[in-house]
Amino acid sequence: MNVLLDHFAEFRNGFIGTVEITAVSSVIALLLGIVVAGFRVSPVPPLRAFGTAWVTLLRNTPLTLLFLVFVFVVPEILFPGMSPFVLASLALGFYTSSFVCEAVRSGIGTVPLGQAEAARSLGLTFSQTLRLIVLPQATRTVLPPLSSIFIALTKNSAIAGAFSVTELFGWQTLMSEQGYAIIPIFLWVAAAYLVITFAISGLFRLLERNLEVAR
Amino acid sequence: MSASVLFDAPGPKARIRNRIYAVVGSLAILALLAVSLMRLADKGHLAPEMWDIFNYAGIRQNIADALLATLKAFALAAVGSLVLGVLLAVARLSDHKPVRWFATAFIEVFRSIPLLITIFAVWVAFLTDYSMWALALGLSVYNGCVQAEVLRAGVNAVPRGQREAAYALGMTKTQVMTSVLLPQAVRSMLPTIISQLVVTLKDTSLGFVILYPELLYSARLIASNTLVNGQYPYVSVIVVFGAIYIALCLALSALATWIEKRGRRSKTGTPVSDSEARAVVLAADAGGAGGIAGALGAPADGPDITKN
Repeated sequence: MNVLLDHFAEFRNGFIGTVEITAVSSVIALLLGIVVAGFRVSPVPPLRAFGTAWVTLLRNTPLTLLFLVFVFVVPEILFPGMSPFVLASLALGFYTSSFVCEAVRSGIGTVPLGQAEAARSLGLTFSQTLRLIVLPQATRTVLPPLSSIFIALTKNSAIAGAFSVTELFGWQTLMSEQGYAIIPIFLWVAAAYLVITFAISGLFRLLERNLEVAR
Repeated sequence: MSASVLFDAPGPKARIRNRIYAVVGSLAILALLAVSLMRLADKGHLAPEMWDIFNYAGIRQNIADALLATLKAFALAAVGSLVLGVLLAVARLSDHKPVRWFATAFIEVFRSIPLLITIFAVWVAFLTDYSMWALALGLSVYNGCVQAEVLRAGVNAVPRGQREAAYALGMTKTQVMTSVLLPQAVRSMLPTIISQLVVTLKDTSLGFVILYPELLYSARLIASNTLVNGQYPYVSVIVVFGAIYIALCLALSALATWIEKRGRRSKTGTPVSDSEARAVVLAADAGGAGGIAGALGAPADGPDITKN
């Protein structure tokens, strides 16, 4: 009990940090994932190859290694002194984008063939077909996997805490270093994560209900 | 829908346009790579000395030890998670309410807590001096919950007639589960189970937080202890260790694909329909350091698997 009351400000900061990094990297992952999924189904072979390489590489790298890359290599390429928050969100966003890409791609696969054929016979181009016809219809089937991907992202954001980003795992290590018993700390952190993940799944359930169509 | 449905067979104009896009796209990607390499070369990260460190016997020994440590933790976690997964899956399908509730609560709680948080708590609370066991235990608990859900989905996907026939033959509940349902469930879910093992392998890298000397920990150690030309060789070390990780994961994934193909060929098993299996694999893959598997692979005839 005490550990939360004594250090509520830090706990609140950690909670907000987790929410922030989750939100920022979700946006990055969603945008990148959709673009890369578009690459993977495009008529241009080099872009298709790029998409495949992107997904294979990112899905088979441990997230922790990706964090190392972003913390130590990326500042050398871009400019030194980027904030850990930005780097961590980028790492998390890039990693998750590969899963989003695969979810979107399999969503594209569930849209009935006739839709794309009709679009083509109306003379729509590839990008028009994808943007106006296929992706809007794929949204419905993509939502449930996206929900579990974003919940996984929330949980993965804990790793950012090991790379000096203020969030809940950081609070856990800090409190444990200060000599508080680990079990109550663990329970509070777990409760905080449960709140966030429930919020995400609730949000997605709402979205799903809004997009539902009577068949 | 195959990709080719989305666009027409290119005519002469489209072919030229596609070729232009191809050239521009490849040039953009190449330019990005070239700029990155140049920037790294400017900072001296591509100097031969930086890569020469892997010729030292000491560092090679370090890498070999770390690889062994990673594989050891992975082996323990794989066995632990599979055993726990079977136990939890059976418990969750049990006829006794308390057992079922306990298993459900255990799975739901540990599945929704970040793995890192669990590993750290296990390490501090019980196994401060045994980081390998702490890592293996944390991984087993988390991945055991995921494997349990995968197996449950598999058991529920076994045709109802199998269970009924087994009971009609007079088999006990245990016999039905162990000799009829579980073997078929394992068989149909093997690709998913293995891709969750790939996730487990990747997650062993979390051991660096609890100072377990696995690959990632020793990567940081090597990089921060070797001074070359007044710089730390983070780039070369990360490239080498990244290659090791990717090779390990690709090998395991290739095994999963091979088994999936083999399973599809056989007539005796109960292959899960293609899209269903892929959905489960996708969800399990999303795991990374903490995904929810089987969240959407719920077979039509089984109870819905809660997404949390």
